[in-house]
Amino acid sequence: MVAKFDLNDDGVVVIVGSGAGGGVLANELAQKGVKVVSIEAGGRYLPDDYINDEWASFQQLAWTDMRTTSGNWRVAQDFPNLPTWIVKAVGGTSIHWAGASLRFQDHEWKARTTYGNIPDANLLDWPIDSAEMAPWYDKAEAKLGVTRTGGREGLPGNNNFKVFEAGARAIGYEDVSTGHMGINSAEYDGRMSCQQTGFCFQGCKWGAKWSAAYTDVPRGEETGNLEVRSGCFALRIEHDDAGRVTGVVYLDAEGKQQRQKAKLVSVACNSIESPRLLLNSASSMFPDGLANSSGQVGRNYMRHTTGSVYAVFDKPVRMWRGTTMAGYIGDERRNDPSRGFVGGFEFETLSLGLPFMAAFLDPGAWGREFTSALDGYENMAGLWIVGEDMPRETNRVTLNPDVKDANGLPVPNVHFDDHPNDEAMRDYAYGKGAELYRAAGATRIFPTPPYPSTHNLGTNRMSENPRDGVVNRYGQSHDIPNLFVSDGSQFTTGAAENPTLTIVALAIRQADHIAGELSKGNI
Amino acid sequence: MAKDPALRGLTRRALLGRAAMASAALAIGAGFVAAPDAAWALELENIRPETMATLIQMARDIYPHDRVADSFYAVAVKGYDTPEDAPAIEAGIAALNAAAQGAGFDDYLSVGWESDRVAILRTQEASPFFQTIRGGLVTGLYNQKEIWPIFGYQGESYSQGGYLHRGFDDINWL
Repeated sequence: MVAKFDLNDDGVVVIVGSGAGGGVLANELAQKGVKVVSIEAGGRYLPDDYINDEWASFQQLAWTDMRTTSGNWRVAQDFPNLPTWIVKAVGGTSIHWAGASLRFQDHEWKARTTYGNIPDANLLDWPIDSAEMAPWYDKAEAKLGVTRTGGREGLPGNNNFKVFEAGARAIGYEDVSTGHMGINSAEYDGRMSCQQTGFCFQGCKWGAKWSAAYTDVPRGEETGNLEVRSGCFALRIEHDDAGRVTGVVYLDAEGKQQRQKAKLVSVACNSIESPRLLLNSASSMFPDGLANSSGQVGRNYMRHTTGSVYAVFDKPVRMWRGTTMAGYIGDERRNDPSRGFVGGFEFETLSLGLPFMAAFLDPGAWGREFTSALDGYENMAGLWIVGEDMPRETNRVTLNPDVKDANGLPVPNVHFDDHPNDEAMRDYAYGKGAELYRAAGATRIFPTPPYPSTHNLGTNRMSENPRDGVVNRYGQSHDIPNLFVSDGSQFTTGAAENPTLTIVALAIRQADHIAGELSKGNI
Repeated sequence: MAKDPALRGLTRRALLGRAAMASAALAIGAGFVAAPDAAWALELENIRPETMATLIQMARDIYPHDRVADSFYAVAVKGYDTPEDAPAIEAGIAALNAAAQGAGFDDYLSVGWESDRVAILRTQEASPFFQTIRGGLVTGLYNQKEIWPIFGYQGESYSQGGYLHRGFDDINWL
């Protein structure tokens, strides 16, 4: 039943990337009868394949192609060639995501209007808002089976949550729960409920967590309208003299160069590779790369203001048991500049296994201050800070002319400087996180620096005015009508929420738009 | 530690017969370093035994865990005993010994107090050698499943059905 399309079939939609954006778009289009070829760089791994061992899983799933970094962010110092922690596989980073599924708040769609003119930030309002997105969020929540929506129960709290909740209540937080999670609290949509196994980041072996890898992708294939070509790396997008894209040149799984013709191309390879592909597709007609008349391709890179707080107690916590991120505090989500920064953040529970704790607790540290912290591992609780960061034109993905990948293409350089607003938010959040754990009885607290980025956003941003961004309200390129962007790179601003739910909602909405326009002959 | 084939047990007699000298922590003999009680031995083909003994001490001083036996540190660094890596290891340890001598000691292994050894290591911290050894230990030491129970870490639970019925929420002291 799985479709097989001819390389010269110029009636297909080609989607590069098969994660929360591309994988969902592919399925949604296939369900509507649109023929789709999905070009995916990674291999196909299903729940039986996932490995509940941090480093072995990382080697199996992570995108570890060479990248370079610059800027004052600590990731550039700690992990100079690993700016991101994302997945190279069919299903993309929806295999790795932790499940947190929150809608943006009303004001976050209007960041420029709400926050005002923040110096050295490139804020912009989205061309869409909460009201427009509400029905699409409904569909996305139903697709993911998000807990505490649609009548679905919340997940039970694990040990790490109980410590988190006790501390939160003690310091007066009220919006505290196990969150809105794309992880089943009861059997749903043919997937079983969470077994509290941990290792959410390594791919859910039960399939209790939603992932495009084992939902949207195979369901799209079942329609006979979707062909997924795994192990295929897109090199460039081609166009004709009229400035419309005509297909994608890629290396197939055997390393042979192929050219798939297309009537429409969507880019959905995460916020580093998506702008890289557009920039690597530069031509005499588009010397600065495709869809880049605004000069904004690759700019406004956002990664959320993040950090972790780990704390050691005098008694065991065993934080690694159970759902990794089923803990949520919403009291700091609001925009309240009296805290010393605009925008807000959430606290979410987080744990790492011992091997990753050794790598990430304080990268580069050594000696007894560090090892005595690890000696307290069994008694440790942890939380993650995820907040809105400021888009900056100078925070950007560029092609590094000095470093080439195995295919001879320049690797992406990821430049990021923390904005003063990011730093103020992080410092405040570290303080509140420490206060929370002290109130729960912590004996020692670690304000842990950001990990390589999993939330990569903004590098092909959505804008009302073509001057300000790369794509319009449907993720359609301002410059090239049959070229779309379908991943987190289309985010105008990052908001404070984990991005997957919004990526999925946008992809469902985009599929509706594309299918409609194709049927009307408008594209 | 018998799980690691590179670390073999010796008889006490074989150890005493072959050991040339004993440092504070390890027995050093011709072509091997070993636990003083002969519980394990690491045979060497490229790195001098004195160098390996120093490297193992250095590894412990970088990531000191008093409940983690020397054998785990030995496993973490034994991969450097190759023709490719040995010259850099010899040079790095020579520099470390020179720094120890500069601080008034005979060599690194003869420094009795950890705080004195750490002070010497701090002078080497920026060197590529130190950073290579430290970086390698992050995975080489902490990714040994055999040490996880020492920290209370249980590793995977899928094979046992997760923690849903095995204590995911059993905290009782809050």
